Amino acid sequence: MKERSPAQAGSSDQLPGMGENDPLGSFASYTLGLVFALLLTGASFLVSQTHLLWAPGVPAGLAVLAIAQMGVHLVFFLHISTGADNTNNVLALAFGLLIVTLVVSGSLWIMANLNANMMPLSTILEMQR
Amino acid sequence: MSAHAATAQLAGAPPTTAENTAGSGGGPAPVRIVVAYGFWIFLLSDIIMFSALFATYAVLSGQTAGGPSGRELFQLRHVGVETLCLLFSSYTCGLGFLAIERRRMGGFYVSFALTFVLGATFLGLEISEFAGMIARGAGPSRSAFLSAFFSLVGLHGIHVSAGLLWLTFMTLQAAAKGPRDFVRRRLLCFSLFWHALDIIWVALMSLVYLIGAR
Repeated sequence: MKERSPAQAGSSDQLPGMGENDPLGSFASYTLGLVFALLLTGASFLVSQTHLLWAPGVPAGLAVLAIAQMGVHLVFFLHISTGADNTNNVLALAFGLLIVTLVVSGSLWIMANLNANMMPLSTILEMQR
Repeated sequence: MSAHAATAQLAGAPPTTAENTAGSGGGPAPVRIVVAYGFWIFLLSDIIMFSALFATYAVLSGQTAGGPSGRELFQLRHVGVETLCLLFSSYTCGLGFLAIERRRMGGFYVSFALTFVLGATFLGLEISEFAGMIARGAGPSRSAFLSAFFSLVGLHGIHVSAGLLWLTFMTLQAAAKGPRDFVRRRLLCFSLFWHALDIIWVALMSLVYLIGAR
């Protein structure tokens, strides 16, 4: 069998059912996803290394860029779409997001609350004396 | 479908079954849709496990116990190279999967070899980063922050190692069995796994390294 480079493999001829609408993606969708992901990664590094954003807002900006990049990966690499075959995948993703949000925000909330209500260490040591 | 089967026979592969005609109307869903759905649920549960470790890290990230903080330890140039490695390996993995879907074994081998090299480079960089940190006394036992850091980033590293093993095994299987339906289904699962690792790395890069290094 003839050797082909990965670039040729995608772009040359397109089989029927393997075009743009194929749920498993195409060369174009992978390349587009790579370009978006590179741009967003570059933006993340730029935001964190320069004073482009208001300093206290940088973590929020990085979080937004990270979520955007995860969305790009989901759509262009994992092919989560609105297609008919994808309803179950999207519902499972929604449930997963719910659990992730509960775990992360719940932990942060509870631990911040505990920290705020905790006696200062010096007072505890004082009481133990 | 007919053109599909004809190409498959030209390429020396066994003719494809009805599995390739994606779900049309009633009847059971095609096998690969069901397999991908089940694997997607596994990936989501994996992501939920990571979210627990992310929460732990977020709670403990300030607790350095007088030891070094992320600002002193993280080298962003290093992280940038690791990110590029993983991103491009995700891309070549996708291209390799497309190649074997189109029965182009040459393109598949080249793409998966590149994926392996990029993944192994990522792993080597991460191991050297960990070794450097441990050598300067900032190992996982130094502080709560470092324990959380090593478990979170280390778990991702273990996933990448497992992915590299799986990649090697699948490449050998594809070489031995050719682009058959079950081989391509397993490769679909592998590529989903590899892309999901990239998603987790994006969160690590932004929320651990970039925020921690400020």
